Amino acid sequence: MTYQTDTQGQLVNSILIEECTDIAQELYLSAVVDRGTQRIVFIGSSEGGVNIEEVAEKTPEKIIYEPIDPLTGPMPFQARKISKILGLNSEQSKEFSKMLPQLTDLFVTHDLTLLEINPLVITQGGKLHCLDAKINIDTNAIYRQPEIQEMHDPSQEDPRESEAAMHDLSYVSLEGNIGCMVNGAGLAMGTMDTIKYFGGAPANFLDVGGTATQERVSKAFKIILADPEVKVVLVNIFGGIVRCDLIAEGILAAIEEVGVSIPVVVRLEGNNADIGSTILAESGAEIVSLNNLEDAAIKAVELSK
Amino acid sequence: MSILVNKDTRLLVQGFTGSQATLHSEQSIEYGTNIVGGVTPGKGGQTHLGAPVFNSVHDAMEAVQPNASIIFVPAPFCKDSILEAADAGIKLIICITEGVPTLDMLIVKKRIDELGIQLIGPNCPGVITPGEAKLGIMPGSIHMAGSVGIISRSGTLTYEAVKQTTDLGLGQSTCVGIGGDPIPGTSFIDALKLFEADEQTKAIVMVGEIGGTAEEEAAEYIRDHVTKPVISYIAGQTAPAGKRMGHAGAIIAGGKGTAADKIKKLKECGVHIAENLLQIGAKAKEVLG
Repeated sequence: MTYQTDTQGQLVNSILIEECTDIAQELYLSAVVDRGTQRIVFIGSSEGGVNIEEVAEKTPEKIIYEPIDPLTGPMPFQARKISKILGLNSEQSKEFSKMLPQLTDLFVTHDLTLLEINPLVITQGGKLHCLDAKINIDTNAIYRQPEIQEMHDPSQEDPRESEAAMHDLSYVSLEGNIGCMVNGAGLAMGTMDTIKYFGGAPANFLDVGGTATQERVSKAFKIILADPEVKVVLVNIFGGIVRCDLIAEGILAAIEEVGVSIPVVVRLEGNNADIGSTILAESGAEIVSLNNLEDAAIKAVELSK
Repeated sequence: MSILVNKDTRLLVQGFTGSQATLHSEQSIEYGTNIVGGVTPGKGGQTHLGAPVFNSVHDAMEAVQPNASIIFVPAPFCKDSILEAADAGIKLIICITEGVPTLDMLIVKKRIDELGIQLIGPNCPGVITPGEAKLGIMPGSIHMAGSVGIISRSGTLTYEAVKQTTDLGLGQSTCVGIGGDPIPGTSFIDALKLFEADEQTKAIVMVGEIGGTAEEEAAEYIRDHVTKPVISYIAGQTAPAGKRMGHAGAIIAGGKGTAADKIKKLKECGVHIAENLLQIGAKAKEVLG
């Protein structure tokens, strides 16, 4: 268990053993996609091996933020600017001028969103050496990164989250007991917030996507019910383009297929919502169908206690 | 009045003959949107949904003079499609597609800014001016022409805000889904600027979510430049740190981007906060009196 894992910790599958480095000084260097400047930005500091957020707060003058223009790439003068803040001598600065374009190239060719070298060290011999690194990859770009796809290790992920990802469902497990199935990421977060607002605790975030078909709803039920903590499922669908009567039939078929034995509260809104609710009400299944999210959330919270 | 789109919008659909584009174009036409043509390379010369298909945006430009384009092509090809529309001279481009690589967007954003083009999205529901034109995948039926301008990072959450303002009889001037990606073509601030200048808009609803600092920047802009009342709801108050909540942009990183921080900042800047998503419409009604 480290501060980068949750309270369950992570199992270590492989270890990288490196030659022992005699460290003279530890520096910090990273690159991120910065939303503000809409550029790749390099962040450098003479204070390495520590929590960089803390350095940013206490001694902001020891950090440099250097945005890279996508047209020009990193320029030598930018490497010199960063070198100055890192406190490099002229030899090391030359070395760094070679390193900066290489790191940018690594970042761009592998579709990274974060490349953090902490620490970047100066060895006793005065050379620069990247001692530890962490990278984040843009999941939207993984389709064009076959090498990185191969490195994927599902054992490092929550098994329900990877199962969901296989079916194109977006799922994040949480610690409550009200299972949530919602269409749309924003509405899914809004539904979790609403549950909390009425005194309940959501068991998960789950976005079934814009088209809540029977197949996807079935898969979603299976994933939600695999969590033994779940006492009630709240389904919140805003049927825009999809008709709610079709969604209602999908929900019924899914419940039958999966064999749901805990209460299910369904809120349908949008196209043909009334017909959908009638279908659910007349089905004889153990479903509470409510047209309004407030009532549905209150009911789900009540059933979860 | 309204912003961005109206009954004079002449829409071009890129990726026209694909299944999603076909489904949503049918709905848009039914709503009254003027679709003047579509583009699918290799299918030029055909007719689809009663409109001509072209091999390129440039061909379409010459034949039917569109002034807006909507993109439904798969994510790996969006960079090319956006830049093609931009090169052909289209000034309003809406990209619906989800999953466009972030580094593609860095390049696209730089280029469209240089050319003065308004890009909406990617990963967004589009733009609708009720009763005039629907350029997107939102359900037309829940909308009603009226006085509230809506800006949102999320699709279905926008529908929720729309439904509430319709049910309360306020209606909407225009609804803009700016999308849930880290590098959006249009920011909250861009849309706020347009709504501030629009006569029909009497109040603005801004639906945000966790991740990034777009809401905080918008808050400062509102404090300094927006005279109309702004109502805001922030989704993700219960989201855990470090996990991406569906949208590529919805992640609390290094303790930054929490809902609590955003709400605090918005309140300080005089924005009316809907504590819960159920109260968005009611809050707008209260503010408008």
